[in-house]
Amino acid sequence: MKRVQTKPAPEIVQDAHHPLEHYFRTERLPHIWCPGCGLGTAMSCLAAAFGELNLDVDDVSVVSGIGCSGRLAGYMRPDSYHTTHGRALPFATGLRVALEKIKPGNKVVVFSGDGDLFSIGGNHFIHAARRNIDITVLCVNNFNYGMTGGQIGPTTPLGSRGTTAPYGTFEHPFNLPYLAASSGAPYVARWTTMHVHRLQRAMVEAISRHGFTFVEIIAPCPTNYGRRNGLPTGLDEMRYYRDKAVIKNFADPKDAEIIPGEEFIVGTFVDKEKPDYFEIYDKFVNEHLRS
Amino acid sequence: MSANEILAGEHFLNGDVACAEGAIAAGCRLFAGYPITPQSEITERMAYRLPKIGGDFLQMEDELASIAAILGAAWGGMKAMTATSGPGFSLMMENIGLGIMTETPCVIVDVQRGGPSTGLPTATSQGDMMQARWGTHGDHEIIAYAPASPQEMFDLTIKAFNQSERFRQPVLIMTDEVVGHMMERVVIDPDKIEIYPRRKPTVPYEQFLPFKGGSDLVPAMACAGEGYRVHVTGLTHDERGYPDLSVDSQHRLITRLLDKIRKNADEIIELEEENVHGADVVLVTYGITARTSLRAMELAQGKGIKVGMLRLISVWPFPTAAVHAIAGEVKGIVVPELNMGQMVREVERAAAGQTRVRLVPHAGGGLHRPEDILAAIEEVAR
Ligand code: SF4
Repeated sequence: MKRVQTKPAPEIVQDAHHPLEHYFRTERLPHIWCPGCGLGTAMSCLAAAFGELNLDVDDVSVVSGIGCSGRLAGYMRPDSYHTTHGRALPFATGLRVALEKIKPGNKVVVFSGDGDLFSIGGNHFIHAARRNIDITVLCVNNFNYGMTGGQIGPTTPLGSRGTTAPYGTFEHPFNLPYLAASSGAPYVARWTTMHVHRLQRAMVEAISRHGFTFVEIIAPCPTNYGRRNGLPTGLDEMRYYRDKAVIKNFADPKDAEIIPGEEFIVGTFVDKEKPDYFEIYDKFVNEHLRS
Repeated sequence: MSANEILAGEHFLNGDVACAEGAIAAGCRLFAGYPITPQSEITERMAYRLPKIGGDFLQMEDELASIAAILGAAWGGMKAMTATSGPGFSLMMENIGLGIMTETPCVIVDVQRGGPSTGLPTATSQGDMMQARWGTHGDHEIIAYAPASPQEMFDLTIKAFNQSERFRQPVLIMTDEVVGHMMERVVIDPDKIEIYPRRKPTVPYEQFLPFKGGSDLVPAMACAGEGYRVHVTGLTHDERGYPDLSVDSQHRLITRLLDKIRKNADEIIELEEENVHGADVVLVTYGITARTSLRAMELAQGKGIKVGMLRLISVWPFPTAAVHAIAGEVKGIVVPELNMGQMVREVERAAAGQTRVRLVPHAGGGLHRPEDILAAIEEVAR
């Protein structure tokens, strides 16, 4: 085994602050996530994206559903809402619409997992995308229900194992970029937690666009998914992404399927102008009432 | 809110429309709903009215989404409402719990129809009264009103909004198809409308504890973007709003959530008494059954029976003390309900064996015949 060279530990400077610290509820850290889990990486990318956008903490709200990913809302400093399982999107819809009256242009970011957003919350996802409501959805897809112990979910690749699929899943999974694109989302991207800079860029793009924007974040869950599917550590999963993820922008989202052992596409699938909910509301309702 | 947004004057409205107008008068500016009879007129009225007065109407994909959206809207700083009937009310149970746990003010209207399941989509019932009380899981208290006329649909919807802000929790309007669809005179005087404003923090961010109750156990509410950076969770939480899954924390939180209603119940309970003192028989009624019972009362009085009525305007929290006191003075209590016996259980509990309690059941789809209520009055008067 090759020894990994580690950087020397940085010197601890008294009273120094991390430049992104203000985006975190530091009193709540450390987080509960397992070693090797992709959620911490996704959270740092989100904070970095906020920083890159120079977003004031009070100009953004974070909404989560339930699950390991759902805990993110409790670690981030902005107003944050940890809702019920699957209901982050309709909650965020009401929040966003109400806030538009009080703080137009405020940002609402939904951060949740594949089971939360696409199984129990699947109907809300397609309708929020159809409405083109101005919300950014960041979905950490780790192919299973981590918090409850590794049950399979709506994105588990065919044949993979989970605690509720001891012989391998025999149901076809969703292809999330394809689902988001066909539901009408004007911005759709997918990256893994190995592609931190591109992921951060995608988050910046998604948050700054108007309308319903979607980023799928493929992430390791070594504890519950990787362990049962031949990738027992976070590092194994990173190596897998390095070997199998093929960067291709504006690929047909139909081709974004994930098949174990085969290459899969990452990149921006959709990035187009499309009038969002507020624009259309203004056009039809307000113009009608003004005339 | 300007007064000219309120439908002032005398109008001939059905209960559903009066409810929508009551919401608007109370300051509701976001409505999220999903089509279902017999509440359609509420949703349609809101779709027509809200955009005209700078509000928002959201037709959601289902009732799970409707209630989630109004909770979100409340945290976005708005007053918000949804309306439904039995099947949709069942779907809303999940997030009624979130509303209670996160102390989110909002109003939910259930225009009851016959159930279970699809049941009688366009015919009346009072079959959801216990679901209103206990439908969402876990220990909780509920505030619910039962209007008996379009005028009360207007007035009690305003009250429901005020109580939801006062006590920071979802408040239910438990009406039924008949009251929803009956058309009557509704008088709206904007000068007489009182609004309870949302309680805002009075201390700076660093000192604010978003889930610490005041002397009345109710916390102030900081909404999104106001600089208080509140974390709101359905998990058991401490006064900062942070998850704390300990036995102590659960005990503290649940006790406060229950006590803020229990200890202030006098501010919520609203009753109407007619000829109760000196009566031999008292009818305990709510909503539409109060109207059918009036005729039965006249018939009984015609036969020389001393009969009175206690009408529950608020149904939850249950007025245990008032019913207990009456039970100690009468030969019997008669409880007509458009269900097979729900609130009667509470009446029996409150009566605590002091007197006979007689249910007049009805499976729903229509109203009681006054003669059936009369027969029950005669039976307990003997
Ligand atoms: S169970 Fe999986 S998703 Fe949850 S924290 Fe652990 S590694 Fe992450």
